[in-house]
This record gives sequence, structure tokens and C-alpha cells, in this order.
Amino acid sequence: MSLYQVQKLIYQLNRDPRIRQRYAEERDAVLGEYDLTPEEIGALVKPDIGLLYVLGVNGQLLMHFAALHRIEWPDYLERMRQGLKDHGPVREGVYAATGYEGVEAHDARLKAEREMH
Amino acid sequence: MPLVYCGACSHAPGMTGRAERADTQTRQAVQGAFRRMGDDIRATKPDALVVIAAEHFANFFMDNMPAFAIGMADGYEGPIEDEAFLRIKRTTVPGNKALSRRLIESVMQTVDVAYAEEWKFDHGISVPLHFLTPDYDLPIIPANINCQGPPLAPLARAWAFGEALRRAADAVPERIALIGTGGLSHWPATPDSGKINREWDQEFLRRWSANDREALLSYTDAETYREAGQGGFEIRTFIAAAAAAKGAKGTVDFCEPVPIFAVSCTLAHMHIAA
Repeated sequence: MSLYQVQKLIYQLNRDPRIRQRYAEERDAVLGEYDLTPEEIGALVKPDIGLLYVLGVNGQLLMHFAALHRIEWPDYLERMRQGLKDHGPVREGVYAATGYEGVEAHDARLKAEREMH
Repeated sequence: MPLVYCGACSHAPGMTGRAERADTQTRQAVQGAFRRMGDDIRATKPDALVVIAAEHFANFFMDNMPAFAIGMADGYEGPIEDEAFLRIKRTTVPGNKALSRRLIESVMQTVDVAYAEEWKFDHGISVPLHFLTPDYDLPIIPANINCQGPPLAPLARAWAFGEALRRAADAVPERIALIGTGGLSHWPATPDSGKINREWDQEFLRRWSANDREALLSYTDAETYREAGQGGFEIRTFIAAAAAAKGAKGTVDFCEPVPIFAVSCTLAHMHIAA
């Protein structure tokens, strides 16, 4: 388990266009520069956003890694939900899921509350 | 000069990146509140704006994570995020290296702050500036508190950082405005994005407005994580701003939970005697 290394790669991809360019052109060489497990490499290459989430990648890194792969926001959220179904609860870090009614139900509840007042 | 403005506001990326997904009335109310804060800041004729933010791995990572940092450059590029994601055009925002250096030297007397001659803004600074100083005509002094990668800066140290920034601002001849930016309760970038603990937010803002140091510093990270999510760790920026107000009380100018923006959109200021 080398969550730190996964996050370091994503951090560097997010902030450095030169590494992004290298990652596009010679991905395996870039991956080889980090101490990653086969599971982590598989999740990064696919990319399996759900598994990366479950592995514990900080959301502030992961959401930009998703954006890098042109994954839209609602799809990003859905992939994390699917990851929980496929791989179980988040294994590390502070981005665990805690349960939520969802934006639409929440909006409806707030609207109803406003109308009551 | 004594500090001329002290406030705090949200920096949620949804406020720009997903703006159209909120209903028109909500979106306009949020943007109007930001415009008023921008007008209030400009009315104090500041020479620079200190923005105490909770950055999100744009500059600082777990290989060498400062608890506190202040930028020391004449310009800062941002936002680092994909322009299409954040819907803010990347630009260079003016800084003031010489002023930063004097502020840092003062802050260092009591807080071991890191300085950074390179600093890329992320949504923690770029979103507030997009609304507050859309022409990017006010030099920015970026400051950061580690709210992301535990172990985090303790709340009491965030308070000390705010006090140190106030002492520093008061000691320079320039007119300094200061804001903290961050979310209160939120679970951003998780499947629970949109979840908001409205009561927790309101209680936090009650303590903030009363500038009740003891009550503000009584939160534990475990309690905050449970009640306010990992996003709630960003209360450190509000706490530093409260400390910078040097005992002044505050007013919450706007606070509305907006699930699609993933926070209670909040704008507040302290009644400092400028």
C-alpha cells in the first residue's frame, strides 16, 4: 500500500504541465518512477476513479485527476459511489462517505423549509 | 496603518464552476453578497489584500507541508484548476514582494511561517477574487493554513497566526485588508458533496460573530470531522480572521446553504475600528 506515492503522482500531474505531457506520451515510464502496487497502477491507468477513491486518495487531488480525464462532475461522483459498491468502504484518509440524501432531495427539503417560514 | 478590513467568505468552486446549476435567485443572491463585500473592501482604500486560504495541494504537499505559509512574490498565476472546470480564466494576479517580506518578518516573530516565492492560486483564492476584485487590480498577499493533510495546524495556532498577521498589518505604513476563505461544514469531492450541517454552521458563525476565542478554539478535529466533514477543517481560516480582528465583534452578511455549491455560502465581516 503506497497511497502517498499515488497521491504524489496525481499532485504532480495536477500542477505540472510537463509531467502531464510526459504522462500522455510515455505513461509507463512515468509510473515506473513511483513506488506503486499493481492494484494502484491498474487504478491509475484505467482510470478507476472508484478504486482510487476507496484506496483513500484525497478528493482535492482526485477530482482534478478525474477532470484531467475529461470526467464530468456528476460522473465523478457516480464513479466514487460505484467504487464503494465494488470495493467496499474507503480504506484510508479523511474523504470517507458518510451518507447523504443527495442534492435534489436536499434542495427540495430546503425549499419546503423556506416556504414554511 | 491599522488593519482596514477584516472578513471571511466561502471559496467553493461550485460557485463559479457549477453556477448555472443553482436556481437563478440563489445564484444572484450569492453573487450580490460577494459584490457588496468587494465594494466594502474597496471603500477602505486598501493597498493590499491578505487572503488567508486553505489551499488544496496546488503548492504544498505531504512531502514538505507547512502549517502556515505566506507568499512573497510580485505576481501569482491562477487558477491552477482546469479553466473549464472552474470557469475562471487563468491570469497573473499582482502581489507585492517587498510588502510580503515585511509582513513575513513580523509574523515570524511569533509564528514559524514558511514563505514561498512561487505560489499558484487555486479555487481557495481564485474564486473569492473572481467576485471581490474581478479586475485583479489589488495586490494580493496569499497566506495558507494546512487544512488538508493531517496532522493539521492546531486551532490555537491558527488563532496565533491571525494575531501575528494583525500585528504585522498594523505595523506597516500600507493599508491592509484581510479575509479568510473556506467552507464551514462540507464534504467536498466525496460522494456526499452537497451535504451541509446548517445548524453546525450557524453555531460556528455565532461564536465567530461574538469573537469568542475560547468557544472557537474548543472544537476538536474529531468532532469537526464527525459533524462538519473533512471540509470543516477549513474553519481555521475563519478562526485566523477572527483573531486578526483583535476582539472586535462580527456580522454575518450572508449565509445560505446551497447544496449544488456544496456549502453554506457565507460572507461575514468584523467591525474593526479602521
